[in-house]
Amino acid sequence: MNLSEAMQRELITTVCERIVAATEELTDLDRAIGDGDHGLNMKRGFEDVLSKLDQLAAKPPPGALADAGMALVMKVGGAAGPLYGTLFMSLGKALPESPTLDDLTTALDLAVAAVQRRGKSTAGQKTMLDVWVPISGLLAAGESDLDTVRRRAAEAADATVPMLAIRGRASFLGERSIGHMDPGARSSQLIIEATCDVMEGWS
Amino acid sequence: MTGIVGIVIVSHSADVASGTADMVRQMVGDEVPLGHCGGDPDGGLGTSVERIMAAIDAAWSDAGVAVLVDLGGAETNSEMAIEMLPDEQRSKVVICNAPIVEGAVMAATEASGGSSLEEVRRTAEEYSPA
Repeated sequence: MNLSEAMQRELITTVCERIVAATEELTDLDRAIGDGDHGLNMKRGFEDVLSKLDQLAAKPPPGALADAGMALVMKVGGAAGPLYGTLFMSLGKALPESPTLDDLTTALDLAVAAVQRRGKSTAGQKTMLDVWVPISGLLAAGESDLDTVRRRAAEAADATVPMLAIRGRASFLGERSIGHMDPGARSSQLIIEATCDVMEGWS
Repeated sequence: MTGIVGIVIVSHSADVASGTADMVRQMVGDEVPLGHCGGDPDGGLGTSVERIMAAIDAAWSDAGVAVLVDLGGAETNSEMAIEMLPDEQRSKVVICNAPIVEGAVMAATEASGGSSLEEVRRTAEEYSPA
């Protein structure tokens, strides 16, 4: 698919705005089982990405993703910075300038593996990976219907509620981490949902 | 390898980082290159890759740099900062799996005697409260 500058602009803007709009929700989720900074950290990072909109929209996807990832690494200020930064930078590294769906599937698989290494984590530990792993798996299984992807992401975020946290600050709470949605899973879902919503408008 | 191993302290809190640095200085004075940082890019509780890179620069020694961190994000951001260093520096920086305050003091004391980076790391990691 060839992404025009206007399409890239729309995608970046929507993803960033959705994260910024969810600041309070993410903060509340993180306050329940963590240190309560996920909302503000993500806001700071994605606002910085948004401030580079002109420059990012003008670049082909690999460069735009690399720059967005680096902005998150430098600005977020929590573990989410390197984790989301690694996700976006790895996608940028793996994607060609005009990615096909197959390219995206392969790139997402590599990027999710990179996040697992960065976080020394895996699905089932109540983290963002509990959303990205199933979505990557969905694409790998040949399912790319936008509504299906969007619903699967929402289900995956919901599925973190009864999980026991094994990684991150929430793991300090032990069993008290059960019963709350993981904030990183929620922010991941928001990014996937925003992407699906925008792409739906293109088809 | 020449010189004294440098010590870097990375806390979520600038106060903890600077207080830990004070404790290290009390033990080893200015013999050991020391860098410390705490706080997110806006100065709130958290860590910043940029500040960590600057702290590593401040403590730079050809003998290497041992990094002490507190909680999760400090470690993840420190790993990221190390990966972003130039090739010739990257292999000379290690994160010690040790409590930040005790680890920093132990590591600096070991470093002040001229020990290698590996010895400094081991000493910090072997520390256990009596």
